[in-house]
Formats: sequence, C-alpha cells, structure tokens
Amino acid sequence: MSGLVMPKPDEATMSRRAAIVAALREIVPGEGVVDATNEMRVFESDGLTAYRQLPLAVVLPQTVGQVSRILKYCHENNVKVVPRGSGTSLSGGALPLEDAVLLVMTRFNRILEIDYPNRVAIVQPGVTNLGITKAVEHEGFYYAPDPSSQIACSIGGNVAENSGGVHCLKYGLTANNVLGLEMVLITGEVIRLGGKHLDSEGYDFLGLVTGSEGLLGVVTEVTVRILQKPTTARALMVGFPTSEEAGQCVADIIAAGIIPGGMEMMDRPAIHAAEDFIHAGYPLDVEALLIIELDGPAIEVDHLINMVEAIGRQNGATTCVISQSEEERMVFWAGRKAAFPAVGRISPDYLCMDGTIPRKELPKVLAGMRELSEKYGLRVANVFHAGDGNLHPLILYDANIPEELHKAESFGADILRLCVKVGGVLTGEHGVGVEKRDLMPEMFNEIDLNQQIRVKCAFDDKHLLNPGKVFPQLHRCAELGRMHVHRGQVPFPDIPRF
Amino acid sequence: MSTFTPQSEDEIVETVQWALSEEAPVEIIGHGSKRELGRPLQTEHTIALSSYSGVTLYEPDELVLSAKAGTSLAELEALLAASGQAFQFEPMDYGPLLGKPAGKGSLGGLLSANLCGPRRLKAGSARDHVLGVRVVSGRGELFKSGGRVVKNVTGYDLSKGMANSWGTLGIATEITFKVLPAPETETTLVLRGLADDEAARAMAIAMGSSGEVASAAHLPGNVASRVIGGLLQSNASTLLRLEGFAPSVADRAEMLKKLLLSAGEIDVLGGETSRNLWREVRDVMPFADGTESPVWRVSMAPMEAYKLVASLRMGAAVDAFYDWQGGLVWLRMEGDPEAAAVRALVAKYGGGHATLVRAPIALRAALPVFEPQPAPLAALSKRLKQQFDPSGIFNPGRMVAGV
Ligand SMILES: Cc1cc2nc3c(=O)[nH]c(=O)nc-3n(C[C@H](O)[C@H](O)[C@H](O)COP(=O)(O)OP(=O)(O)OC[C@H]3O[C@@H](n4cnc5c(N)ncnc54)[C@H](O)[C@@H]3O)c2cc1C
Ligand SMILES: Cc1cc2nc3c(=O)[nH]c(=O)nc-3n(C[C@H](O)[C@H](O)[C@H](O)COP(=O)(O)OP(=O)(O)OC[C@H]3O[C@@H](n4cnc5c(N)ncnc54)[C@H](O)[C@@H]3O)c2cc1C
Repeated sequence: MSGLVMPKPDEATMSRRAAIVAALREIVPGEGVVDATNEMRVFESDGLTAYRQLPLAVVLPQTVGQVSRILKYCHENNVKVVPRGSGTSLSGGALPLEDAVLLVMTRFNRILEIDYPNRVAIVQPGVTNLGITKAVEHEGFYYAPDPSSQIACSIGGNVAENSGGVHCLKYGLTANNVLGLEMVLITGEVIRLGGKHLDSEGYDFLGLVTGSEGLLGVVTEVTVRILQKPTTARALMVGFPTSEEAGQCVADIIAAGIIPGGMEMMDRPAIHAAEDFIHAGYPLDVEALLIIELDGPAIEVDHLINMVEAIGRQNGATTCVISQSEEERMVFWAGRKAAFPAVGRISPDYLCMDGTIPRKELPKVLAGMRELSEKYGLRVANVFHAGDGNLHPLILYDANIPEELHKAESFGADILRLCVKVGGVLTGEHGVGVEKRDLMPEMFNEIDLNQQIRVKCAFDDKHLLNPGKVFPQLHRCAELGRMHVHRGQVPFPDIPRF
Repeated sequence: MSTFTPQSEDEIVETVQWALSEEAPVEIIGHGSKRELGRPLQTEHTIALSSYSGVTLYEPDELVLSAKAGTSLAELEALLAASGQAFQFEPMDYGPLLGKPAGKGSLGGLLSANLCGPRRLKAGSARDHVLGVRVVSGRGELFKSGGRVVKNVTGYDLSKGMANSWGTLGIATEITFKVLPAPETETTLVLRGLADDEAARAMAIAMGSSGEVASAAHLPGNVASRVIGGLLQSNASTLLRLEGFAPSVADRAEMLKKLLLSAGEIDVLGGETSRNLWREVRDVMPFADGTESPVWRVSMAPMEAYKLVASLRMGAAVDAFYDWQGGLVWLRMEGDPEAAAVRALVAKYGGGHATLVRAPIALRAALPVFEPQPAPLAALSKRLKQQFDPSGIFNPGRMVAGV
C-alpha cells in the first residue's frame, strides 16, 4: 500500500478549482465550503492514517436539496466526489483525492423520528452509531450493531461499510438492521429504498448499497430497526492451553444450539498486552482466552451459562470465571475493548487487519501467522470475533524505521492471502477501500470483478463517485457493456431437453 | 419449444450462450412451483434447474450450507433438521396458495423470490442469510460473489442482488446460506377477540417488550376458523410465538401474560400445535382454497396496515389476515383485485408495497403484479437489469412489462 497508486488527477479539473469552489459556495453558503489548505488538513486522512491527501475542496451540506445540487453540478461538470462521514474508516474509504470534492456529511446530525410501536428510528446519516442508542435507551431500546468506534462513526459510514461489532453474531450486521434509505444519485436524483416496512418490491438495492463504500450514491437518511435491550447479560472468561481447544469449544457451543450475544477470542500476545494495560484479571498462562457473553431473560442466561461452562471444561479449559455482577462483566470486556490501544502501548505503530476465515481453520491460520511473523521479523497480536470467524491481527511496527511500514503491509497482505486460501475473505467488516483494493484479484477473477463494476455502472456510469477505491481497475462502462456473442455454435446436442 | 435441463455449470453457461446467439428469451425455472407468480411469460424456451441439484457443502459446526440451485428445499430442510438446524428465515411454500402441491420449491427459487416466513420479524428473509452465489449472467458468463463466511464485506454483495430478482438478472447455479440451530422449544400465546387495531397495538407492545417474540400474527374471526382444523374457532386470534430454551420460553410467556393482562383471556398452544399453526400462517393456508380469486401480499409499517384493510372493507369484499406484527397483510379479494385502490391506500398509509401473488393469467398480464416504482428508481432497476442481462433474454417481462 505504501506503493499505492491512485487514479491520475485530472489536470482540467484542478485548473478549474476556483470556479468549482465558487459553484459550491453558491449551493452551500457560509462556512459550508472549505478550501483553505490549513483548514482542509483535518480531512486529509481517515482511520487509515498511513495515507494522507488534501482534497480539491471540502463541502459540508446541510440539506438533501444541497446534496442533490452538488452532485448534479459535479456530474454535469465531470468533477469527482468522495463522500465522508466521521472519517473512522480503517481501509481508506474516505481518503480524499487531489481532484475530487470531499462531501462531508457530519452536519446531517439530526434524529428525525423515533417510532416505538413500529420499532424504528429515522436518522440523518451524520448521527453517530452510539447517538441512536442514546436517543432511545430511556425507553429500554438500543441499536444493535456496535462497532468499537461507535462513539465516533456515523450511521451513514456504517451503511457504506456494512459495519459489524461484537454483537453481530446474534443480532446481525448493519445490512440486517437497516430498513430504509434515502440516497442521492450522482445525477442529483433522490431515491428512497425501503422504509418502515420490510423487504423490497423489486431488486434489493438496499442490499447492494449497504457495504458499497460510497461508490454508488450519497446516503442522506437512514431508517434503522431498534430493539428492546436484553434484560440480563453475563459473561464468562475461559482460558485454554491451546487455540485448538478454544476453537473446539466455540464449535461445541454452537453445535449445542447456543448463539451467544458475543464470543471473542484473544491470543497470548493480545492477552498480555491487554492485561498489562487494563488489569482485567486475564490469566497469563494460557494460549487462548474466550470471552463469551450470554444475554436474555435472567433464567435463560443462567441456564446457558451452566451449559457453556460445562462445554468449556470438556474442552480442557484451565480457567473459567463467570461474571457475578455487572461491574465484573464490564471488567472482562474492558481488556478486550482496549486491545487496540493496549497494543498501541507496546508498539509505536500497528496495522489492524480484518480477514474472515471458516472457524475450523483457526489453528492453521494462527500457525501460518507465526511463521510469517518470523519471516518478516514483526510481532503480531490477535483478537478474533470467534463466533463468526472474523480475525483482527494487529501487526506491530515502527513507522520511523525505514521500510518497516512496507514490511508490515506485505505481512498483512500475506495474512489475507492465507485467509482466502483456507476459504475465507479479505475483509469482514472494515471494507476494501484503498487498503485491500489491489488484493481483490486474490478473491475474484476478472469476470467477477467486471460484474461488480457493472453494478457501479448502473448507478454512476462516469465513475465520479469515490474512484480509486475498492476496484483495482475501473473499466469504462461502455467497454464493459460490449457483448461478445459466439454465433453459429452447435446448440449442445448433449443437454437433455424435452 | 424446448426445455433444457442442464446437468452441470458448463451446460448452463452453454445453454445461455446458445440462447444469446439465437436471440431467444428463456424462462428460468427451478421446479416451477411459483411459476404462476408474476407476470406471465411468453418465451419459447425454458431452462429448468431441477437436474442441477445436490448439496456441495454442509458443515453444521460452521453454520453453513451450499447447494446447487435445483436442489429441493424440502430435501434441504430434512437434512438440516437431522442436525437440529434450519433456515432461520422459514421460507414459505407458495405451492398450496397457487393450487400446486406443497414441498416443491428449489433453492434457486427461494433466493430469487426472497422467501421468508413469520420469523421474518426477528430473523430476516433469504436476503439476510445468503452468504455467496455463483451465477450465470445474461452475458453467458459465470461469476461469483460473496463466500462461505458470515462476516464479509469484500466487494459488492451481489448475493443480495439476486434476492427477489425472480430470475431476471441471472441464473444462480450454486448458493451458500447461513444456517442456524432450530429452536428447542416453542409456545404460542393466543389473545382472543381483538379487533384489528387493538391487535396491532397488542402486538406492538409485545414486540417492544423484552419477551423476544419471534413472530406476531393476527387472524380475524373468519380466518381463525380456517387454521389447524378449526381449533381456534371463529374467534379473532392474535398469535405471539415464543421460541428458545424451555425455561426461557416459560419465563417470557409469564412475563407477556402479565404485560397483556388488559387484552383479556390468553390461551397457550404448545409444541406440535404451535408449529402447525405457524406453518399454516406462513403458507397462507386460509386462502389456499383452490381458486384463482386474487390474493395480495402487502408489506407496510405494522401500525398502518390495519387502516388499509379498514378502508378497503368499506368498498370491497375482502378477507384479510396479518403477519409480521401486523406489517404483512394477506388480502383475498372476492371479485376484482382493486389494484388501484389497494396501491393508493398503501401510499396513503405511509408506503410499502403490494404484490398480486395470485390472480388469473389475464389479470396478471394486464396489471403490474409487482409494486410500480417511482420514475428514478424504475430507471435504476432497468439499468441494473441491463448490466446483468443486456439482451433481455432472462424471464423478460416477469417483473415489469418491457424489462
Ligand atoms: C478504533 C476503531 C475501531 C473500529 N471498530 C470497528 C468495528 O468494531 N467494526 C467495524 O465494522 N468497523 C470498525 N471500525 C471502522 C469504522 O469505524 C467503520 O467502518 C465506520 O462505519 C466508518 O464510519 P464513518 O462515519 O467514520 O465513515 P468514513 O470513514 O467517513 O467513511 C467510510 C466510507 O463510507 C463512505 N460514506 C460515509 N458516509 C457516507 C454517506 N452518507 N453516503 C455514502 N457514503 C458514505 C465513505 O465514502 C467511505 O467510503 C473501527 C474504526 C476505528 C478507528
Ligand atoms: C407476483 C407473482 C405471482 C405469481 N402467481 C402465480 C400464480 O398465480 N400461480 C402459480 O402457479 N405461480 C405463480 N407464481 C409463481 C412463479 O412464477 C413460479 O411458479 C415459482 O416461482 C417457482 O418456484 P421454484 O422454487 O420451483 O422456483 P421457480 O418457481 O421455478 O422459480 C422462482 C423464480 O425464481 C427464478 N429462478 C428459479 N431458479 C432460479 C435460479 N437458479 N436462478 C435464478 N432464478 C431462478 C424463476 O425464474 C422464478 O422467477 C407467481 C410468481 C410471482 C412473482
């Protein structure tokens, strides 16, 4: 990625910068357009801080009408647009482009409607993930998907990345909790998908747009499902001498018909880093630690805790502590939740990877990582959404040592290749962005990728929205539209027909 | 007029390439169980996936199942049940409603029709559980999307794109789904004698409680008498389904009974009776009457749908019952389908969509079967279709005339 090549900036657009800024000012008056270099600095990168780029200009619209006019203007004048929410993307999805307007949605920060009988909230895209829960928790409700960045990240960004969190095993990802969207197409047309009702009358555009990383349109309103908070939650902290035993424990819990609210695994380096930082009481003599949370009515939680404890013991657990109070449950989680900053304490820099694997492949992938760690001479710590196979290897490096970022990135790419090789995928929740863009061919062949780009063509045939992200190469839509029909073939005499 | 029954992925690709070279539109069917759903097709040729069947991967520990598109749904459900698992979204069976035998659907049809059932409220529909697909596009190319793991945001989710596309975008050849443990125990609470609006409120209270209600339906009196052999008699019945581990189900049942005390007497149905009841609700058995009288499937906000029914009743003879906390209405019309009236009321009461799932062929040809979309969205649908099937050879006109 340090060798990251972005699309060549369009000189013609850059030379029209003043006119573009003036046109934007006409649409969004006052402080809504930022073009001074020092004021644009705060927007020059997202959560993937290794990459920085100043945009052509920044615009912060406040109304759907303004978004529509901005996009229409950019479409007519062939100006590229990069949408941005809170800028916490870990894959560089919101990385600006030199010749693109950065469209920042943070001023869309209002909760428009809370409808308890229909169990939905309608919010603007700049509202934070946690902001939704805060708005409904006095009635006992919450919004289920809970990325660790939930204090900061916006619901619009969650939709664009199809974000997940610790509770997604039981309650689903963003895609499963969003009922409706309003979005503006690059032409300026406003469309509404879904609403307070379920499922679509036609094609599942809601499904296509969720996780599309800002390449298909700008989300201006989101309708989400809100749920009643479970009455009780308790957690177990279970330590194992090997990751194989921990993995088998996870498999056995699921085979027993139990879907925990959360089920997280940490490896030895992650356990030690977290324990040194938070003092959560994690055992230091184990290779793998599981934190398993059960939620629901108290009677159910007690019933399941006993079952899970028994399964843990059968699988050779050397420690098994059950939370006896809400405080204790929070302490169990504190270590896990602080895993990233904890690793940040023991290393000047780290890269957070995000592959998903079939769970049973965990021991093989961990062993592979140990080998790679030796090969590259870099340490790695692992936290793992164990229930759904989503791995977060944290690669430790020092950006001040020449070549070390490059080494870390190559190490990360090798880990992701290994994930794909065992039947997994490049990214479970952080998105492709620029970070994994050039690895896409590891998972998809040219036909696969071209069909994805054709979806992009249906929305944005000039490739103006967030170019340079997700796809290693954006073929022109006209080129992709050509058909090569082989005429005069023998009409397969061997295919049975009646 | 030929029906192709390809046996391999290569043969499916070949067949599509042939159709392209002949410029011959084809109808795609799994087992044809929902063939009478949608606008009637007039294609000369048919591609039937029924011979392309079989499970390619089932790992209960990993909660994942892949199978070829023609695999029978009934077979898959039996396989899952043997490991105590299920498709949590409870795919409905359109067969009985459409005057056909039960148990005929295919896995491809399940995704193409985005099937689901009463558990939709809590568990979602086929689109929420599909993990990956292999598809032959209308360009005669085989592409894949997604994978076999639950957490995956690598590239666009074309698997969801296939959901509810009714065979108009591509031929799914192999599909991977997330599967989940089947609930250990189930119980249904039955509130009696509520009017539609009271039932909507009662269901909203139940769904908004910590009772973790898995399904909530309301059968007005004349419909209640037509399920589980008349056991409910002709007394309006509001049904709340609780699932899970036995101690939890019992505890939540007690909690809900207290919460809904003011709604009057509450009956309890257990085990097999509860399961049969929900299967009949799922498959719209009250309207599986062997006729072709028009049936609508309407999805709206739960607290709005009963208003549509009340308004309709003022002008037309209509039978109705509700699923999904009241947000899914099944309507059986005595005579005319009243398409304009139904759709105007959907729009008036907060929006949603109405699909004419059963009607004589002439009506299905003349009326938009699927909810018409506003112009910019309709244009987008058309562009998407073009990107998958530029020559328009798959199920032309099935969803929208001319697309
Ligand atoms: C410490 C930390 C922890 C994290 N933990 C998690 C985690 O547990 N789970 C997880 O899934 N992710 C996690 N993330 C990643 C990140 O928070 C999510 O991807 C989040 O959804 C991004 O939201 P945002 O508002 O910051 O979007 P941005 O970073 O601003 O943008 C992300 C992408 O969305 C697009 N976008 C933003 N808003 C819109 C809009 N309104 N319309 C169209 N496109 C838009 C952008 O173009 C970009 O491609 C974490 C990040 C950090 C820094
Ligand atoms: C609005 C509507 C009204 C209908 N009304 C009637 C009716 O009145 N009477 C009646 O008998 N039937 C009706 N049908 C039923 C329907 O047309 C088919 O009979 C039914 O869908 C067949 O189910 P199946 O699983 O056997 O798959 P099919 O029924 O064979 O297929 C279901 C849908 O999925 C598509 N499909 C199947 N397999 C694949 C695949 N592998 N890849 C891509 N697409 C695939 C088909 O083209 C079809 O659109 C209606 C359908 C709709 C949408």
